[in-house]
Amino acid sequence: MNLYVPIAVLALIAFGFAMFSLVASTLAGPKRFNRAKSEAYECGIEPTPQPVGGGRFPVKYYLTAMLFIVFDIEIIFLYPWAVTFDALGIFGLVEMVLFIVAVLVAYLYVWRRGGLEWE
Amino acid sequence: MGTERTVAVGIGAEELATADMTLNIGPQHPSTHGVLRLRLTLDGERISRAEPIIGYMHRGAEKLFEVRDYRQIIVLANRHDWLSAFSSELGVVVAVERMLGMEIPERAVWARTLLAELNRVLNHLMFLGSYPLEIGAITPVFYAFRERETLQRVMEEASGGRMHYMFNRVGGLKEDLPAGWLDRARAAVREVRSRMSDIEWIIRGNEIFRARTRGVGVLSPEAVLQYGVSGPVARAAGVDFDLRRDEPYLAYGELFGPGRPGRVVRRTEGDCYARFECLLDQVYVSLDLADACLDRLADLPPGPINVRLPKVLKAPEGHTYAWTENPLGINGYFLVSRGEKTPYRMKLRSASYNNIQVLSELLPGNLVADMIAILGSMFFVVGDIDK
Amino acid sequence: MTTSLLAAPPATPLAAGEAPTLEAFGLDPWWLILAKAVLIFVFLMLMVLFEIWFERRFMARMQNRLGPNRVGPLGLLQPIADGLKLPLKEDLVPRGVDRPVFILAPALATMPAFLAFAIIPFGPTVSVFGHQTPLQLADLPVAVLFVLAMSSLGVYGIVLGGWASASPYSLLGGLRSSAQVISYEIGMGLSFVAVFLFAGSLSTSEIVASQERIWYAVVLFPSFVIYAITMVGEVNRIPFDLPEGEGELVGGFHTEYSSLKFGMFMLAEYVNMTTVSALAVTLFLGGWRAPWPISLVDGANAGWWPVLWFMIKLLLTISFFIWLRATLPRVRYDQLMKLGWKVLIPGALAWIMVVATIRVLRNEGISTQQVFFAVAIVLGIYIVASYLWDAVRGNRRDAEEQEATAAERAGAGDSTGGDPMAGGYPVPPLDAPHYHGRNSTSKEVNRA
Repeated sequence: MNLYVPIAVLALIAFGFAMFSLVASTLAGPKRFNRAKSEAYECGIEPTPQPVGGGRFPVKYYLTAMLFIVFDIEIIFLYPWAVTFDALGIFGLVEMVLFIVAVLVAYLYVWRRGGLEWE
Repeated sequence: MGTERTVAVGIGAEELATADMTLNIGPQHPSTHGVLRLRLTLDGERISRAEPIIGYMHRGAEKLFEVRDYRQIIVLANRHDWLSAFSSELGVVVAVERMLGMEIPERAVWARTLLAELNRVLNHLMFLGSYPLEIGAITPVFYAFRERETLQRVMEEASGGRMHYMFNRVGGLKEDLPAGWLDRARAAVREVRSRMSDIEWIIRGNEIFRARTRGVGVLSPEAVLQYGVSGPVARAAGVDFDLRRDEPYLAYGELFGPGRPGRVVRRTEGDCYARFECLLDQVYVSLDLADACLDRLADLPPGPINVRLPKVLKAPEGHTYAWTENPLGINGYFLVSRGEKTPYRMKLRSASYNNIQVLSELLPGNLVADMIAILGSMFFVVGDIDK
Repeated sequence: MTTSLLAAPPATPLAAGEAPTLEAFGLDPWWLILAKAVLIFVFLMLMVLFEIWFERRFMARMQNRLGPNRVGPLGLLQPIADGLKLPLKEDLVPRGVDRPVFILAPALATMPAFLAFAIIPFGPTVSVFGHQTPLQLADLPVAVLFVLAMSSLGVYGIVLGGWASASPYSLLGGLRSSAQVISYEIGMGLSFVAVFLFAGSLSTSEIVASQERIWYAVVLFPSFVIYAITMVGEVNRIPFDLPEGEGELVGGFHTEYSSLKFGMFMLAEYVNMTTVSALAVTLFLGGWRAPWPISLVDGANAGWWPVLWFMIKLLLTISFFIWLRATLPRVRYDQLMKLGWKVLIPGALAWIMVVATIRVLRNEGISTQQVFFAVAIVLGIYIVASYLWDAVRGNRRDAEEQEATAAERAGAGDSTGGDPMAGGYPVPPLDAPHYHGRNSTSKEVNRA
């Protein structure tokens, strides 16, 4: 676990800095109330009331997120394989080709179904 | 239909709604460079209707023309399109001279042609810089401004102005060109020509720039004719029309034709890329024309550059229409006189006004993401729209 | 299980000036750890200030300008002046935002950015007050994975900042930004695989050590190219800076932020830029090792010298970012996603397979020359085939296009009633749909 101690120390410093900045920004700046100023920005036109977070997320971003998870897991599987590649030899290669082909099928399916269109 | 929501600019807003949605671009929006406002109706990511709303910058130029005498009108006329001031002045003086039946000294004709072409280069350079900027390339604008500076220096030396030159007078120019100016102008033209490739190569062959402009915002020649679109925007759509060649004024009659430097730049694609290319190529043509004018001016014998005018200048009763090929398109002045020292009516036909109308035809069917690219490629000046 | 597989580095004895391995870590006394952590933090802050100055000056030179030159010598203090100005501005929290999330989002974006730098090696083992220690804060058996994890965490700052702002621009800016970052992270992750294949480790110090003979940027050039593209997408810079740059979205996810909160987002962005650049140096450009001609000099890779090589490489990589920004326009959102998903990911996968196959063949005793020969033949066939394919298809498309334009011409002639220039002036058609109050697209006119 010793390996992670320095990272924890750095995390503490970064956390301290972030908190300091957040507090400093509320304390250091001037405060002049103005109703129009506290409205959300909409190009100088009276803003439309928006629920927090805009209410709904467009579905295609969920899709992107899901695709990301699928492919990210694939990468995670590739890492240990790559590290011990020399030891695994041809067996490792064949196994990985099978795995990638399986992922590729999913990838092509997504492509064909229009999951990779962003227009 | 569903409920209509109004949300100002934001590509994204439409992604939240499934129903038709109204979106305001402007009046305060960077891509409209000025105070043009567009009301878009969106169907998902696509624009289904676009309506340009103009008038935020209306200054009543036409009404003001009616209470100014012919000397004062020039100063008003060079303000509606602040990027092509010299060319706009030209329309007024040409109209008045035509009414008076005035003969212009030959040196004045050539000097005007020269300055008009330099003004065209200045105008085009501005858009050659600002269009890439809107698409995200920040460097061309600085290159363009370096060239503009080079040319503006000679323009300033001759006229005393950098933007609103006020160098035209009824009957010629305000004063003669300074001694040795022709050589300096020639050097400036040569310099600009030699460095134009900087702008050209950073943008023209760029894959990303092409991907964003090729096949985007295609304007058909029919729409051009129906809406009275003119200038480089029209020629990029394949409409072969250029007043300098088709109804020559000034010295253009001698400059256009086979074996002469003048040629009409034209594309047939009608997309944003073609419009950009038209502008770019027109710069080269204008520089060639300027060189030809400089050669001619150097050969001309010394003589007057303007005509002595009476104290009170009155145009005879009647009407005339003078149109010029301004950098952005056709600029026309319809002058009606009742023999007084001010015009009875002076109708201004400005290029941007017509060019922008076609947006209601051009934008529908396009993605909102392409709107910026299309808007930038219409090359308009808001003052020229609103007058 | 995975970890135990990864954490089996070849044991090498530790000595000053040697390339450290994983064994060398976790031995520092507490004061050294603290000093290193503080140094990394200070280094990153200074780098951000320097980068801002450097970017502005360097880009200015590319654009015939001088850049900031008023505050301090050569304008060096300009970023500090700007940084001091930020907290003195009003810290706006618009009405209707989700307050806690809105306030914490900048911190969430900043912290992981700093953490990722912990595993970047600056140099070999040196002696500090009698302690032999590697010039690197920490190394893990999964160091590179840690960087990816941190950059994923940084996305939370962006997406939550956009979500909490209760403004359509912010929300969509945030969503797009995160969609972009995660899409490019896949390509980035895949570009690493070939490196691990060669290095046999995920630990950064060992990856640097394994580049003693030749840089991976040379051996694994396609991987390097893919990484170079994805790193630009990952930190949202031109040509992939849509979240902030695109006109329609105004400021993107930080539209509603002001004062230091805005500053923190900017800080995170620049720190991220430093991190991905440092990672490029570490994984592909030989890390702190001296470049070729210098590496022949005895002692060039020992002591504190490597810090210099590392810094030079880091600055060159950062210059690459600035160069891009001065040169390229911005891509459109769908083009950006298309590049990420349809080009980089399959490309990276194919390249991994190629690398793995070649390596297996070599391990099985087939010589490199034979492999290259075989590859050359395959490539040759591929190039010829694709050329023929293009030629055939190109011809067909040209013919189609010509037909189409011809048809269009004919159509145009019909609808305008012949030559538009008849009589010397352009003559508009005497009857067009919009004269009757009907708004038609140009395509409909064409058809009519």
